[in-house]
Amino acid sequence: MYYIALKMLIGDKGKYIGIVMGLTFASLIMTQQPAIFLGLMTRSYSFITDVGLPDIWVMDPKVQFVDDIKPLQDTELYRVRGISGVEWAMPMYKGLLKARLTDGTFQTCIVVGLDDATLTGGPPVMLEGKIDDLRRSDGVIVDIDGARDKLGKPSPVPGGKPIPLKVGDVLELNDLRAIVVGIAKVTRTFQSQPVVYTTYSRAKSYAPKERKLLSFVLVKAKQGQNLVELTRRIRETTGLAAYTQAEFKTLTFEYFMHNTGIPINFGISVLLGFIVGAAIAGQTFYNFTLENLRQFGVLKAMGTSNWTLLRMILLQAVLVGSIGYGLGVGLTALFGYAMRNTILAFKFPWQLLLFSGAGVSLICVFAAIISILKVIRLEPAIVFKG
Amino acid sequence: MDLAVRCQNVVKVYDTGEQKVTALNGINLDIAVGELMMLVGPSGCGKTTLISVMAGILDQDDGSCEVFGENLIDMRSRDKLNFRAHNIGFVFQAFNLLPSLNAAENVSVPLIINGMKRVEAERKATSVLEQVGLGERATSLPSQLSGGQQQRVAIARALVHSPRLIVCDEPTSALDHETGHNVMTLLKDVALHKDRTLVIVTHDARIFDFADRIAEMDDGHIIKVKGAR
Ligand SMILES: Nc1ncnc2c1ncn2[C@@H]1O[C@H](COP(=O)(O)OP(=O)(O)OP(=O)(O)O)[C@@H](O)[C@H]1O
Ligand SMILES: [Mg+2]
Repeated sequence: MYYIALKMLIGDKGKYIGIVMGLTFASLIMTQQPAIFLGLMTRSYSFITDVGLPDIWVMDPKVQFVDDIKPLQDTELYRVRGISGVEWAMPMYKGLLKARLTDGTFQTCIVVGLDDATLTGGPPVMLEGKIDDLRRSDGVIVDIDGARDKLGKPSPVPGGKPIPLKVGDVLELNDLRAIVVGIAKVTRTFQSQPVVYTTYSRAKSYAPKERKLLSFVLVKAKQGQNLVELTRRIRETTGLAAYTQAEFKTLTFEYFMHNTGIPINFGISVLLGFIVGAAIAGQTFYNFTLENLRQFGVLKAMGTSNWTLLRMILLQAVLVGSIGYGLGVGLTALFGYAMRNTILAFKFPWQLLLFSGAGVSLICVFAAIISILKVIRLEPAIVFKG
Repeated sequence: MDLAVRCQNVVKVYDTGEQKVTALNGINLDIAVGELMMLVGPSGCGKTTLISVMAGILDQDDGSCEVFGENLIDMRSRDKLNFRAHNIGFVFQAFNLLPSLNAAENVSVPLIINGMKRVEAERKATSVLEQVGLGERATSLPSQLSGGQQQRVAIARALVHSPRLIVCDEPTSALDHETGHNVMTLLKDVALHKDRTLVIVTHDARIFDFADRIAEMDDGHIIKVKGAR
């Protein structure tokens, strides 16, 4: 009887393709949109990911996310260094500064100041030059996307692409010269501003004069230290906030989740995709059953039990469901692959597979249930009706 | 004389909510085993309703209908399904073949319902298709067959599981005269034998000659039974 069920389904090519396409669409939307969403959200903490090395980030207790800078006094660095279990602690400056470009226009940049001696927390990938080149006088490293676009020199032809900033070019930060000594690749941030790396002391000179300029203290724990313990110790000793790398990411992620419209927007598009997909797939599947009602009636008259008919319909639903799901997820993966080097954010963790799998199953179960109810209520006597 | 069907005072009322239609109004009819019984009468007189009750796909509201001594209305639904699967064959005016199954697969359906393995069922189906003269068309889809050929496939399907009763509703009405005649010949020569009973509903006066007996119905009653066994 399963064979008959499959033949019934696949024999009607047009309908079959319609149902599968509806489900493909639903699972595509249910994976692709959340994948973009998750991709965007990981950008919220991409700076933390890029810095990488430190186990613990120490900052002002009022800081809500990574871009929310509330400077500390430089002396906090020494207090943190004094805590037992700390292997090393390095200062980091992070702030938004205006760079004056050669054509006289201004561009806001994220300026990152690294510990002068160790250059801890530098860019993850150097494309040109070395991190050590920051030690050269007035040296800065800029990120490739910024160099190509927002920091680039205007194109000689109107409307053309800007000329990328190169090693050796000069910027002005707060009226001070900054010479590009390297180009780095950094993970895109949420705001997509250019990133400029320099040393901590030079960053302080670029920054507007303030009493406090220390943004973060980056801590490496001694081997074998319990990080949760150590963060607690740092909090208690200094009265500052201390998060493990993962905690700081979560803090940032949650800030964006709760304080921006992004989750709602994506939630709506996922929901719409689900509803539209469910409507198309559910509707076509139900229609398919309705149009085959006479066939089911004939089988019933010839002695097929409701239970067998139920399993036949379930099999049909499972088949179209898995094919649609596979195609949808496959398309999403292709999409992600195609978009891997573009500005578009994309992240496809396995949990998303479960999510969309559950979504597609829900649609199929729903479509199957209404179809099954119809077939179970069917009077076999309809077979003699014209 | 063994009875295939015994209807006693069978009443069937359709209740559509707005109105009640008495389709069968006290039917008394005995049909012998091995007999070809035709049911005739004007449109709406209850012929289809009566064979539906006899085939166990419709419950009457009053009276009793025994088929091979079993009172269908008393059966549990599971037993009734089994009873139908083993004992009843169906032939319809509109053939009612499954469009995505080929001829052999269509014919094998009753065997599969009765639990036979598919390969074996299709082998048996093909041999029955040969009996109805369609041996070479076993792998054709219904859409690739003429009306008469489709009806022959349907007859093979009604025969394949050796049921004791075959009910046919207007089996020739969708066919031209000659094709209808061939279909009736097939029903009479291949389908009917001493252990198998045929009940055929028809309007078609040209095939009355095939009947052993003809029961004339009007307005839910049997008004006359012609012919003798
Ligand atoms: N499912 C139903 N619901 C309501 N009324 C019905 C139903 N089926 C049949 N009837 C009515 O019952 C009466 C008998 O119908 P039936 O189909 O048995 O007639 P018939 O003799 O087979 O007619 P025909 O020659 O046109 O096929 C008709 O008046 C019909 O309208
Ligand atoms: Mg009728």
